Amino acid sequence: MRIYLDHNATTPVHPRVRDAVMSALTEDVGNPSSVHYYGQRAKAVIDEARSALAALIDADPGDLVFTSGGTEADNMAVRGALEARASQGRRRLVTSAIEHEAVLNTARALERQGWPVTVVPVGASGVIEPDAVAAAITHDTALVSIMHVNNEVGTVQPIAAIATRAREAGAWFHTDAVQSAGKLPISMREWSAAGVDLLSLSAHKFNGPKGAGALWVRRGVRLSPTMTGGRHERNRRAGTENVPGVAGLGAAAGVAAEWLAAGAGKIATLRDHLEQSLLARIDGAVVNGDALARIPNTSNISFDGIEAESLLIALDLEGIAVSTGAACSSGTLEPSHVLRAMGLPQARTRNSLRFSLGHGTTRDEIDAVIAVLPGLVDKLRRLARSAAVVR
Amino acid sequence: MRVVVAMSGGVDSSVAAVLLAEAGHDLVGFSMQLYDQRDAPEAWGSCCSLGDLQDARRVANQLGFPHYIVNFEDEFRRTVVDNFVREYAAGRTPIPCVHCNSALKFATLVERAAALNADIVATGHYARIDRDDATGRYRLRRGLDRDKDQSYFLFSLTQEQLSRAAFPLGELTKPEVRAIAARRGLAVAAKPDSQEICFVPDGDTAGFVARQLANIPAGTITDSSGKTLGRHAGIHQFTIGQRKGLGLSTGVPLYVVKIDPADNSVVVGGKHELGRGELTASSVNWIAGAPPPGPMRAAAQIRHRHREAPGVLTPQGGDRARMLFDEPQIAVTPGQAVVFYDGDTVIGGGWID
Repeated sequence: MRIYLDHNATTPVHPRVRDAVMSALTEDVGNPSSVHYYGQRAKAVIDEARSALAALIDADPGDLVFTSGGTEADNMAVRGALEARASQGRRRLVTSAIEHEAVLNTARALERQGWPVTVVPVGASGVIEPDAVAAAITHDTALVSIMHVNNEVGTVQPIAAIATRAREAGAWFHTDAVQSAGKLPISMREWSAAGVDLLSLSAHKFNGPKGAGALWVRRGVRLSPTMTGGRHERNRRAGTENVPGVAGLGAAAGVAAEWLAAGAGKIATLRDHLEQSLLARIDGAVVNGDALARIPNTSNISFDGIEAESLLIALDLEGIAVSTGAACSSGTLEPSHVLRAMGLPQARTRNSLRFSLGHGTTRDEIDAVIAVLPGLVDKLRRLARSAAVVR
Repeated sequence: MRVVVAMSGGVDSSVAAVLLAEAGHDLVGFSMQLYDQRDAPEAWGSCCSLGDLQDARRVANQLGFPHYIVNFEDEFRRTVVDNFVREYAAGRTPIPCVHCNSALKFATLVERAAALNADIVATGHYARIDRDDATGRYRLRRGLDRDKDQSYFLFSLTQEQLSRAAFPLGELTKPEVRAIAARRGLAVAAKPDSQEICFVPDGDTAGFVARQLANIPAGTITDSSGKTLGRHAGIHQFTIGQRKGLGLSTGVPLYVVKIDPADNSVVVGGKHELGRGELTASSVNWIAGAPPPGPMRAAAQIRHRHREAPGVLTPQGGDRARMLFDEPQIAVTPGQAVVFYDGDTVIGGGWID
């Protein structure tokens, strides 16, 4: 049996999504920009997906721009906002230390190019204080970018409160909602009133295909284009639409909306069962991040006295897939920048595992993990102790 | 049996994996990330670069076993790089590969393997391990391919480490290894051999050491009579026997014959001054677990590319040894390893004083 508990990295494609992608690949094969029958069919696929996604996040379909994924949406928002507002004397980016690398490394790259950047710190809770963000906003701030849900510890940031402070100060506000879209209810109607101007999301985090995402742009916000070319997506994102990807994104949005309405409670029960059972069976295990302000599918736990890397590998060989944090492209394992930013001691940044559940996760799977993990932790601790004695 | 195979992404460790897989072992591939490569340029042919780690993964995928990149940056810096820099700063010429083998591959990696119920760590070294039926002890022997033999880099392994190591290429020649890689269609079949020091891919060890040290004292270059011939910007730039880069203009070729960290002086001389009839070594590891009972005929290899030279090996108590060569040897270099052989069997080895 293989057990997949790494849904914050990516999720399996839902059968309805697969069907939508296949249909776009085999039947609706035109270019959405074309005038003829084929073009119209493809355009209809895009429009339908746009409506489905808009319904998921309570938005107007016309405010959604399809992208190649979360990273492109983040780049489009951050770079596009800074460039668009530079002429107004607003050049600064304010972001946080626990952002995904899509935002954090974009911020660093912009900083190297001379754009002023302020990185707001975070405490051990992993929840950013709206006051700390407000204090960082200056008269030259173009954009505040704060993620909705942190990918590693699952903490939920007080987006409406922070966005309100940003708008009061004349700054635009972007949120990277890659880890929350499709998993938590989101209403752009409410959030845009609170001060949110831009929101990124990605299909493959909620059972859609990889390579498809979107940026929601509040009406009236005009970004500088990061991609130039044809007049696609109402002149906001050049390049022929990824029709199969967009079709999959739309189908995934439909599935997610139904799940949020019906089945979402179950996942918190399973996560809590996993967490409480592991904490009860393993000494020196502690949950990272605020236990309450947390997305219900994620648990990040430090196990005293072990290397997370070894535990991850041992679990994988037992058929259980988890993560030590953000997976980077090379598949290497590095101490988490999020846990470091939360001020955890170095040992705890290297001994934590992230369990992230998905729609398909079952009680039996969780019980299997609970049965296997304590023995592995025990074994790793014994080996580490005997190695320390030898040295 | 579950076996962990250490994979550098090169052809040797890839073929080691092929042979183990063909023998029916339950393989787990490990590649060690040894230094921060996020900003490093792609260096083809240098061991363990980002591209090499991906090559290792491709081979594991091709052969169908799981592969993990493990982060040993801290251990590598602590046990290998710091020592490398310290040794150069002290006017010695170190061999980082020996420390990497004994402290990482056959220590930390063995521990990681044990956690996965794998008792054996295999590598692509050209060397052989067998068991002496009479004593029950493990023996370390040269690889059959004398040109590629790497037993020199493995002399510091203990009996316990040898009991957990496997070298599947020990009986093969490099052309045979390349032929196996080609026959299996490995992506790395035609990849060039790696360079000697993986973390200095451009080969500029002096530059690397200089970047790690805060202040480097300058010194004089003299001849053996003490006459000053010139000045230098730090003894880390020199190794015994070195001829190029001395910055001297003399009619006859001059070689570094001595480096003295006490006054940062470098002594140069003619080729005839490079010969040494004997050496002493410290931190000697005796493969059998104990030194030979008394003086014995043996051959000593004093560099990776050195044809071992015969003489008399005398254990000197503790972990020291003395080697008296039949003929003087050129460029006996402090900091390098000396490995003692009885035929193709490693008796032990240590560090040249």
